[in-house]
Amino acid sequence: MNNILKMTTKDFDFYYGDFHALHNISLDFYSNQVTALIGPSGCGKSTLLRCLNRMNDLIPYSRVEGKVLLDGKDIYDPDVDVVSLRIRVGMVFQKPNPFPKTVFENVAYGLRVNGIRDKSQITEKVEKTLQQAALWEEVKDRLHDSALGLSGGQQQRLCIARALAVEPEILLMDEPCSALDPIATQNIEELIHALKATYTIIIVTHNMQQAARVSDITAFLYLGKLIEVGETDALFTRPNLKQTEDYITGRFG
Amino acid sequence: MSFIQMKKDEKEKSIGQSRVKSRRRLMQGLMFGFFRLSAAVNGIALLIIVYFLVARGWRAITWTFLTQPPMESMTKGGILPCIIGTICLSLGAILVAFPIGVASAIYLHEYARPGRVMRVIRLGINNLAGVPSIVFGLFGLAFFVVLLKFGVSILSGSLTLGAMTLPIIIGASEEAFRAVSDTYREASLGLGATKWQTIYRVVLPSALPGILTGAILGISRAAGETAPIMFTAAVFYTPSLPSSIFDEIMALPYHVYVLATAGTEIEATRHLQYGTALVLIVLVLGLNLVAILYRSRLRRRMG
Repeated sequence: MNNILKMTTKDFDFYYGDFHALHNISLDFYSNQVTALIGPSGCGKSTLLRCLNRMNDLIPYSRVEGKVLLDGKDIYDPDVDVVSLRIRVGMVFQKPNPFPKTVFENVAYGLRVNGIRDKSQITEKVEKTLQQAALWEEVKDRLHDSALGLSGGQQQRLCIARALAVEPEILLMDEPCSALDPIATQNIEELIHALKATYTIIIVTHNMQQAARVSDITAFLYLGKLIEVGETDALFTRPNLKQTEDYITGRFG
Repeated sequence: MSFIQMKKDEKEKSIGQSRVKSRRRLMQGLMFGFFRLSAAVNGIALLIIVYFLVARGWRAITWTFLTQPPMESMTKGGILPCIIGTICLSLGAILVAFPIGVASAIYLHEYARPGRVMRVIRLGINNLAGVPSIVFGLFGLAFFVVLLKFGVSILSGSLTLGAMTLPIIIGASEEAFRAVSDTYREASLGLGATKWQTIYRVVLPSALPGILTGAILGISRAAGETAPIMFTAAVFYTPSLPSSIFDEIMALPYHVYVLATAGTEIEATRHLQYGTALVLIVLVLGLNLVAILYRSRLRRRMG
């Protein structure tokens, strides 16, 4: 297992108004690994994920303390440009959310907003990314149809393709399979395996089997605190703490 | 307790229940009927209005009526200047209100953070919506006609009607922005789009059908208003068609008002009044129809 540190949170706290949602989280994410964040609903795993590309900036009255370092640079420094941060740290959401545009335009969107105008360059990139997301064969004849006509699983792979098109370094996935059937879920999981070679992936999941299947490292959060983190195999077979064991064996949560 | 007594109790209980049941059913029926009636009143009112206008006005509708100016102290001839005038005023009003209204709604819904400033602006908009139209007319007279020296003109009338239409457009646009799922905004921002790119490329296209609905309502309202234009744009009679936005004009609603209250031959021009009102209604419905078709095309294109 390689150990190149890509992103790290240091004594990170997050508040929604008066509500202290994340307590003192210190967690490392390594290059070309999949890190799974698990924990019961409301434990703060999605909140943490959304802090990693500053998506939570959008929430009024929210506040952070501590640091999130990306290649050693704090992304909450005042001189950091949020827009370029989000190009480096891409995101896939819980519910497939393709834009009400064509399949092609969905993938091209990130390129266009980043100022790429050259048509052949865009066409080439769209095809390449759709192939990367294992969707090309299914949509190559309907690139100019509405993306909303695709199945849920296809829509989610389209959203992954859309995120990959801007060549992020890190891919954040917020329960990407929770709205999908088992076969679509399997497709996405296989995709995550393949993407690991190129990207650093952080995935929030409710599904313990999924965390065990796709991740190298698993972090267990509970009530806004990081309880335990370790290599996935070890954490699922020999958790250090009783609380972790109770959760992964389904005794609560 | 004897067996008979028990039977009796049971019977009473079941009777009681069936009484409750039938009362509930009656209530349900009554309420449903009341709601249905309320809904029907709307449709019936519109039907009655249209029926009267058509029945009493259709004889007035001739080619001459639609293409000629009024003649012989407005007892003969047509209403062409009024049609042109109303179209000019409606388009002018929408040209004024649409950009400002949509821009305000973008600010309020996409940029402004909740706080005192926002509350004050909102209070202003809500009050603007409640101002009587005659007050808009007086405001237009004092501000556009006199102070800014635009005179009684299409410009003054359009600005006055535009101010009156603003709250409708702002309200509808905000509603349309609210209906755009936040997941679209997040997806766009997550791809490194700026806030403005997100609004321009994702939020606005999705909200456009809703915004257009507001514009339709606004334009219909503007076309039919009399009070705001009587001091600012419309005149009793002018033989010439407008050649610039600084010209005064005739307008359909004001023409109806003039014929029905101030003419020398009120009874003799009755059919002309109904005819004019009919043209106004058809014009407004026509505008609505165009916008509705355009909107449904937009919706279809978005899948």
